[in-house]
Amino acid sequence: MTTMTMIEAINFTLRKEMERDQRVICIGEDIGKNGGVFRATDGLQALFGEERVVDTPIAESAIIGASVGMASRGLRPVAEIQFFGFIYEAMDQMVAQAARLRFRSGGVLQAPMVVRAPFGGGVRTPELHSDSLEGLFLHSPGMKVVMPSNAYDAKGLLTAAIRDNDPVLFLEPMKLYRAFKQEVPEEDYVIEIGKARVLKQGEELTIITWGPSVPLVSKVVEQWEKQTNTTVEIIDVRTISPIDEETILTSVQKTGRAIIVHEAVKTGGPGAEISALINEKALFHLTAPIIRITGFDTPYPVPSVEDEWLPNANRIIQGMKEVFSH
Amino acid sequence: MWLEPNETVVEKIQYLDENGKLTGESPDVKDEELINLYKWMIQARSFDQRALKLQRQGRIGTYAPMIGQEAAQIGSAFALEKQDWVYPSYREVGVSLVHGVPMENFFLYTMGHLKGTASESANVFPVQIIIGAQCLHAVGGAWAGKYNKENSVSVAYIGDGGTSEGDFHEALNFAGVYKLPVVFFVQNNQWAISVPISKQTGSASISQKAVAYGITGVQVDGNDALAVYSTMKQALERARQGKPVLVEAITYRQGPHTTADDPTKYRDSGELEKWLAMDPLKRMKAFLMEKEIWNEELEQKEYEWADKKVSEAFELAVNTPRSKVEEIFGLVYEQKTNQLTEQLNSIPTEGVLK
Repeated sequence: MTTMTMIEAINFTLRKEMERDQRVICIGEDIGKNGGVFRATDGLQALFGEERVVDTPIAESAIIGASVGMASRGLRPVAEIQFFGFIYEAMDQMVAQAARLRFRSGGVLQAPMVVRAPFGGGVRTPELHSDSLEGLFLHSPGMKVVMPSNAYDAKGLLTAAIRDNDPVLFLEPMKLYRAFKQEVPEEDYVIEIGKARVLKQGEELTIITWGPSVPLVSKVVEQWEKQTNTTVEIIDVRTISPIDEETILTSVQKTGRAIIVHEAVKTGGPGAEISALINEKALFHLTAPIIRITGFDTPYPVPSVEDEWLPNANRIIQGMKEVFSH
Repeated sequence: MWLEPNETVVEKIQYLDENGKLTGESPDVKDEELINLYKWMIQARSFDQRALKLQRQGRIGTYAPMIGQEAAQIGSAFALEKQDWVYPSYREVGVSLVHGVPMENFFLYTMGHLKGTASESANVFPVQIIIGAQCLHAVGGAWAGKYNKENSVSVAYIGDGGTSEGDFHEALNFAGVYKLPVVFFVQNNQWAISVPISKQTGSASISQKAVAYGITGVQVDGNDALAVYSTMKQALERARQGKPVLVEAITYRQGPHTTADDPTKYRDSGELEKWLAMDPLKRMKAFLMEKEIWNEELEQKEYEWADKKVSEAFELAVNTPRSKVEEIFGLVYEQKTNQLTEQLNSIPTEGVLK
């Protein structure tokens, strides 16, 4: 057992999987000598050579499209998109090609590949570096969408993603890369994709969240519980596609209240989907309307207003007061 | 030094003139191979004509005819080795047949069967609708082939319209940087639906685009099966040594873009006449007759045989049970998600409306 930051856990996992399986190769921009702009692939090219840690030209569609070709012919590419906002350049290769290959080929071919990308705000990046676009892929059948919120999960989920025979979008919250250290076993372990984690038990409210919002929600709930006599259950969904309905529904049926917190914009976002799910399957357990605390329906804003735009402690507390007012 | 547009001089490789007469030395191809090549062209044309008829009768759905492009398709595919991979667009029935995709797959595809055009038995990707995307799959496939030391070449088939897509350029760039065993085979059939090649690119040729990416380019008379075959053989040899090639085959789409398109709206008939005179089958036939290895009797027999084969393939497709909606749920992920299982189970098993 050793302690690691999330970025260290990701780097460690990539190394372990590359050692374990010759078919695993990393491909992306600046991932070689430079080790990636966040150092996720630091040292890997020195260990595995340029054939397995490939510094590519700046071409997102090509990174994903070539990965589809590689994956369908027996390799297991782990592609890095430097910042998730750049994924628009590769939308066709993600959604129409990687995600649909199994379907389009009538099951003859598959694309076992991982696309990693840092995402999420609160780190004062330039335009198109902080956007949370996971909803676009939740809406795209054929792809799995995974978003760890800590080092331990990052290792277990990335290991599972690399070994998965479907394309997996693996989104890494930038803000949490080095936010804290955690005990992470060096031994091999896998966290099943599609299983949420109940971070904290509670009785009166369920907060459903993921990725960068998880530590924030935990902190807010801690304060809330000190000041009130209610307890809150927190679910880190870890994967929005497929989503762990059972964990969410079981919790909401118990607590009768639900808040969904995410950085993605509100309209048509993952929160809308989760809210609809609760509506379909647990409506009569609810004692208050479901509330979504999310990014606003604007492009991701400039740093000066970022903190107000993102789900923050004030906005979450306000939402909690509202659900408890009914 | 200032480089001006279109300074690169491109000369088209040709062996047979418009009348099927050798323009110079013949490439070293055995008679038997020449005959086989022509037989495949007949097969492709028979399929194409039948598919068109069947679409008009409403027995199959939208179809993209390849008539006029048989030399480009068969000539190039005939040069492939079994271990090579094809990444086709939606107009490559001829290529796919030669490379081993069962003919009935194409009927099934146009009939809306889930099976699609990929097959376990042939190294051929499913047909591509996004016209440039397959170039990158070929690049990735070539990468994997090289990595696994397969000695296989990946061939992306693309049309002139597809060369305007970003993916085409990103693919050429990757191929040049990594020296991959890949061939980009462009069938320049002069029209991208209603837009002529002159409005598709400012280059004097597509083949010269290779230069900018540090790979080899070549232009070939795409209605001359002999020239296409021989050029593709050489292109594949180079690619096998890690030297990617861009081949531009100059050909003509004699028919509509698809059965849903009417080319009389945007092309004048004089143009069609001109190209009909250079029809690839006519040229190959004249060449074989001149060599005295082909005659009218063999020709008639071959058309009859091809026709029978097409009928058999169509029968097979017709007798294949139609896809059921239940089947689609199993093709999205390796294992059905709970959501998919639930949605599958939600389908009413009997009529609900009274």
